[in-house]
Amino acid sequence: MVLQSSLKNCLQLSCILRTPKAGFRSTTSGGLIIQSVSHDIYQNLAVEDWIHDHMNLENRQVLFLWRNSPAVVIGRHQNPWQECNLRLLRQKNIKLARRRSGGGTVYHDLGNINLTFFTNRKKYERMENLKLVVRALKALSPQLDVHVTDRYDILLDKQYKISGTAAKLGRTTAYHHCTLLCNADKFVLSSVLKSPYKGLKSNATPSVPASVKNLFEEDPTLTCEMLLDAIAEEYATRHQIDHHVTLINPADEAVLPGINNKTKELQTWEWVYGKTPKFSVSTCFNMVYKESVLDAKVHLDVKHGRVEVCNIDLPDQWLPPALCSELVKSLTGSKFCPSETTTLATALLRVCPQDEELHSRWSLLCENMITLM
Amino acid sequence: VCFHRVRSCSSIRFIKSKYVCVFDKSALKFSHQQRLFRTSAVSCGQIVQFKLSDIGEGITEVTVKEWYIKEGDSVSQFDSICEVQSDKASVTITSRYDGIIRKLHYNLDEIAFVGKPLVDIEIDASKGVAPEEDVVETPPMSHEEHTHQEIKGHKTLATPAVRRLAMENNIKLSEVVGTGKDNRILKEDILNYLAKQTGAILPPSPKAEIIPPLPKSETMPVALKDKARKIPVPVSRPIVFSGKDKTEPITGFQKAMVKTMSAALKIPHFGYCDEIDLTQLVQLREELKPVAQIRGVNLSFMPFFIKAASLGLLQYPILNASLDESCQNVTYKASHNIGVAMDTEQGLIVPNVKNVQVCSVFEIASELNRLQSLGSAGQLGTNDLTGGTFTLSNIGTIGGTYTKPVILPPEVAIGALGKIQVLPRFNEKGEVFKAHIMNVSWSADHRIIDGATMARFSNLWKSYLENPASMLLDLK
Repeated sequence: MVLQSSLKNCLQLSCILRTPKAGFRSTTSGGLIIQSVSHDIYQNLAVEDWIHDHMNLENRQVLFLWRNSPAVVIGRHQNPWQECNLRLLRQKNIKLARRRSGGGTVYHDLGNINLTFFTNRKKYERMENLKLVVRALKALSPQLDVHVTDRYDILLDKQYKISGTAAKLGRTTAYHHCTLLCNADKFVLSSVLKSPYKGLKSNATPSVPASVKNLFEEDPTLTCEMLLDAIAEEYATRHQIDHHVTLINPADEAVLPGINNKTKELQTWEWVYGKTPKFSVSTCFNMVYKESVLDAKVHLDVKHGRVEVCNIDLPDQWLPPALCSELVKSLTGSKFCPSETTTLATALLRVCPQDEELHSRWSLLCENMITLM
Repeated sequence: VCFHRVRSCSSIRFIKSKYVCVFDKSALKFSHQQRLFRTSAVSCGQIVQFKLSDIGEGITEVTVKEWYIKEGDSVSQFDSICEVQSDKASVTITSRYDGIIRKLHYNLDEIAFVGKPLVDIEIDASKGVAPEEDVVETPPMSHEEHTHQEIKGHKTLATPAVRRLAMENNIKLSEVVGTGKDNRILKEDILNYLAKQTGAILPPSPKAEIIPPLPKSETMPVALKDKARKIPVPVSRPIVFSGKDKTEPITGFQKAMVKTMSAALKIPHFGYCDEIDLTQLVQLREELKPVAQIRGVNLSFMPFFIKAASLGLLQYPILNASLDESCQNVTYKASHNIGVAMDTEQGLIVPNVKNVQVCSVFEIASELNRLQSLGSAGQLGTNDLTGGTFTLSNIGTIGGTYTKPVILPPEVAIGALGKIQVLPRFNEKGEVFKAHIMNVSWSADHRIIDGATMARFSNLWKSYLENPASMLLDLK
């Protein structure tokens, strides 16, 4: 069972983590199980980065257990506009994070557990890790019909996805992480993972949608704690180590020097949105204005999350062309994001003729532009 | 450096001169041309094809997702070259060699094959080519740790930063004496080596480092001065600073500010400042704060300032007006949409509270809370950000006393509030008491507002705040 973090445990961990060259003279050679005390997605992703960059995994492997408060996590090369409903995320205050591993988009909440298997490059084996998870599940609940597919998913009852996988390989280390749905909010999951944005053209890695089910639905006795415990037990058996879970605080600079910088980097706009591969948006919207419907055609090229090219086609003379071209000029180079667009559009309104008709048309156009973001 | 050598080569090799005529200078930069011009006396770079190594799990092809370098960049061993993706795994490919990137074999989103060339790297021929298998590597370390490098079969210890410094200055690490632990080569060793060669201390690049000048003779005690005269005067070394300027385009919030403030330039501003005694208001707010809290609203001083301003605007409506482009007409706005300047992470935004003239202080406070939370989340809509008629800026929450605010067109006036300070003042009896003093700085459009109007408005606003009970009489 998970032990309360004691000073001794933390010191032991810091010894293990900070003396890579010295080799591992700790008692737990071969494997280490750690669990995060934080539910912050950025902090936990930073721990993964830290272990990947700083730990010597030549002779040992690490299992990292973590859970997060509501967040959507996209893969390294994905497009958040394509993958999820950003408007809904903002409204519901659900965080958006981009991880460093590949793969598709997932929704995390406290009813979902995350497992990261750290090894050196040569010992990278996803299938083995997933089989370990399945063994743990069957040990807990023998009647569960769970198996691993060749796409590295775990399916329940041969049709419902309960786990998705992604991996990151570096020069000498590698990690494979996966989710496991215990008791997550399926309603929120399906609504946030549905993108409302039309007209997107991109080479970003697309997600493959799947029907999901919670393990809790099959076996109501299961809880996240039980799952974490069973998996740790199975891992300990496999690596012939003690079933001892060390708690780790992702905000502790002393144990993980440099971790706060990693956490900050993962939260920057440049990382979350700016790393989106180049994409374009081509769409038209119907604007209802004073009992008539008008068509507007918009095309945007977005690179590094910023508008590279912007074209807006409006009905002739509906808005002064000079003002439109000012808008296009302002948007070019700015972030493809609602707050910047709103700020620019409203600033432009200050310097144009103060005409109510003009203002309401302008606001209508801007509101529509913002729905694209 | 190699490029220069190539040019000198080409003038010697008459046989090859036809190539010099046919190809333009840019072609000389590319790898295979240089082989033609190599002489035995000169060691030009040798092009090595860095192949995509085995990813594991039997994977034979990957998609190139991001390049971290471009042709012409110099790389060190272990620098990241690109990111490739295969079947849910993202792989960082790092360089096996030190050298200069000469060719990228794939574009973004193309399929790359394991075992086939990924990039061409030009390495210093004298260093030799590393074997095809992965170089014996130590596990990944933080930058403070050291890495090994095999040069001519002889291990030289140096950090990546030191190796880069050596490479940039064309120094062979094997020729430098290491003074660190285990004969490790330190940055100082490279600098000393260079100093011996050129007789000057070179700055380490690219980090900025200021080398302080030697102490002047005035700082030495008098007794030593005589001795100092006998010691040869040290050569004064130049202070070297190698920081670089960084230019980037203006976008987003800054662009919006540029637009707004450039338009504001057209307005002839005049300023009017005053001091407000908020002692009574401070007490009032203390009493009302918990009442508002129970109703779920955070009550600051701003709602009072805003409401008092609106009451003042009722008496002096010209301050809530707008002058048209041609300065022919003034429009007196019926609504008092009072803007509140907000400092967010991304920059300055000014949402406004609509129709303050019909709002209670509590309603204003509630609306402010809403605007503040939307503002900090970056979720303010166009409606909240347009239609303002008058603005207040509470810069005092950050600091300051008097300031010179800039009017936000199409408005004609703005007020900036300094911080509230506790200062000694005299009361009517001539006694000194503790007063809570705040400074206000107004700016107004002198084309339609005169000083007297501004002063009277300010006095009225001030009287409402200094004696909040008087607000009750005129509250609508």
